[in-house]
Amino acid sequence: MNQSAIPSRGSLKIYLGYAAGIGKTFKMLEEGQKLKREGVDVVIGYFEPHGRKDTMVVAEGLELIPRRKIEYRGAVFEDMDTEAILRRAPRVCLVDEFAHSNVPGSERAKRWEDAQIVLDAGISVLTTMNVQHIESLNDQVWHISGIRMRETVPDWVIRQADEVVMVDLPPGALLNRLRRGAVYPPEKASKALENFFKESTLVVLRELALRQTAYEVDVRTPSPETETASSPEPAPPAGSQPLATAANHDRILIYVTHDPLSAIAIRRGRRVADYLHADCFAVAVRQNGGGHSSLTTVEREALDKHLDFARNLHIETRVLEGENIAETLVNFALQRQITQIFLARNNSRSGVFRKDFVRQVVHLARDIQVTIVAERHRTSEPR
Amino acid sequence: MPETYALRRDPEQLLREVEAQEAYERRGRLKIFLGYASGVGKSYRMLDEGRRRHTRGEDVVVGAMQAVTSVEVQKILQTLEVIPLQRLNGGERMDIDLILSRRPQVCLVDGLAYNNPPGSRHAERWQDAEELLEAGISVIGTVNLQYIEEYQEQVEHVTGSKTTETIPLGFVNNADEIEVVDAPPEECIERFGCNDPKRGTAASQEQLSQLREIALVLAAEVVDRQLEAYVRRHGLEQLWGVHERILVVLTPRANSTHMIESGGRNARRFRGDLFVVHPGDPYFTPEEKARLEPNLALASRLGAEVEALDGSDLVTSVLQFARTRGITQIFIARNTAETWWERLRGGDVDRLISEAEGIDVRVFPS
Repeated sequence: MNQSAIPSRGSLKIYLGYAAGIGKTFKMLEEGQKLKREGVDVVIGYFEPHGRKDTMVVAEGLELIPRRKIEYRGAVFEDMDTEAILRRAPRVCLVDEFAHSNVPGSERAKRWEDAQIVLDAGISVLTTMNVQHIESLNDQVWHISGIRMRETVPDWVIRQADEVVMVDLPPGALLNRLRRGAVYPPEKASKALENFFKESTLVVLRELALRQTAYEVDVRTPSPETETASSPEPAPPAGSQPLATAANHDRILIYVTHDPLSAIAIRRGRRVADYLHADCFAVAVRQNGGGHSSLTTVEREALDKHLDFARNLHIETRVLEGENIAETLVNFALQRQITQIFLARNNSRSGVFRKDFVRQVVHLARDIQVTIVAERHRTSEPR
Repeated sequence: MPETYALRRDPEQLLREVEAQEAYERRGRLKIFLGYASGVGKSYRMLDEGRRRHTRGEDVVVGAMQAVTSVEVQKILQTLEVIPLQRLNGGERMDIDLILSRRPQVCLVDGLAYNNPPGSRHAERWQDAEELLEAGISVIGTVNLQYIEEYQEQVEHVTGSKTTETIPLGFVNNADEIEVVDAPPEECIERFGCNDPKRGTAASQEQLSQLREIALVLAAEVVDRQLEAYVRRHGLEQLWGVHERILVVLTPRANSTHMIESGGRNARRFRGDLFVVHPGDPYFTPEEKARLEPNLALASRLGAEVEALDGSDLVTSVLQFARTRGITQIFIARNTAETWWERLRGGDVDRLISEAEGIDVRVFPS
């Protein structure tokens, strides 16, 4: 924000936390106040005080863009007024709850999409979100908390942020706040304590947020390899250095079907690709000629949904055609110098077929690694 | 939580637990604010917490505060009782005797890693804090990453400079609460002109980013350890966390070197842990075992925990190991020379894939 030239796109700063009530909004507003003191033209585009006194106090004196009222199914909802922000054209805009879903019928489905419009207009954005709203962590969060997050932000949007800052608070302190009624009104607080705010859940989510922030710092640190800090390099393998580097460059291919487990494979593949700095592709295979194996309308829609989902995560997708699915998949992988294929695990409904399929792919894959992605069960049947 | 099992406990163990619990209750609580550099705002956060507790009616004193402070810090300091530092042999130390006789509920101790002047009861300030804790006084303190003994080599590697002040990681690990004070490097530079005026700001930003990352991972690891303790305390066995734990399974015909290197690289990238297991004797001929040795040495060099597995059934012992260690990814080599018999009973790799519920299996070319 201290660049002399006016940037073409605003800069994005995310305050990342792991639960409601740890102080993300507070931190964002504090920063807004600091900017205002420094003479920066800053407004609040949207913020959700949740009736918290501390939060309202720290928002005092900051210009607030009035919310827009939207009617939906006979009820009136309030949401961020993106047009009004653009007309007001401040230097910096505070946007609470980045992952929020807009009221149906709004121009854009998600608040982060509105934030993109604001950023594109050259306005910098400070925003807040929790780690559980990151798309690629959806399955892990489900596993940890038992809750399927519906409001998610694709990983690439977070990657575009100039800065991700961790807002930390130990779970014990958060639980105290909750019990004191500083986060939610009493009836909502006791419900929250029973569900999402279990101490063990919070501890795991906090660790996830710390690791995610460390990762976000890592990818933004301008040195080519920051690995030197963590552990010694392995003994260099035989061969010249450039060759070794080339061999280390991963290319990941995710196999997508109509099966719901494909979504898990896509998220996991995306995440591994990000951590390994790998290229990432997703393919589906349409079997030609096979009468009984052609998809029903429902299945075709599910497949399209998965391919859309992959594209939303910035994964290049292709639909291949072939007689034998495993062969078609592996041939494509070989042509594209793929180093790792990601498959969903067997689905019990078609266990025998899938098991055979996984075996076939593993058998054909030769020099390619094949990862069979775990189905992250919420609870397993006792065995 | 994921799958949980109640663990059986014997009376001896229960007694030990009760005694430990009693000792714990007599002790003060320790909370540490951890920052990656000066200027992230640790002292402010510590004092702010002290101020809030004070307004809630807790008896709070400031035991030690660094000399250079910001306007915000000064403002809070005026609202709290400050026990002045003692001057001794040209240095300063916390006045623990005075604090012990004053007996507050909570004592704020800035700069836990400070060296005390010669002739003091303890060489370092964190040891003073330990004495307060033993006396039942809770401590809220601050620590800068660079002073944590076990991390000093890493930090030196980044900054190129050494520090003489230290605090053991064990002290940080034993804290009841640890809170990370995170801020972008620009803000530290803005506030304190960076850590060290001798270094140029342009180079420092990158260094600060690296320190920041180390501090965040350190905090994640402390939290992970606390989670383990929590799970143990509640008699639960947690099988799946957020920390990536990669298990490389070595089999006779595998290209072990490649797999271990890949495992090491993945563990590093994920800031996770690496484990390497190999089946016992029946699986390996003496020549194969000899070939295994340099690979096990490589695994140890990469920081892996290496273990030989017992039992004649590889799949069962691998999965047992994986479940007790919370493994998230298993690396195994493909079976090329499958016999008709192996094919019939499904082959080890196939069985592993179908039985490794909740764990990714990555099959490597052999």
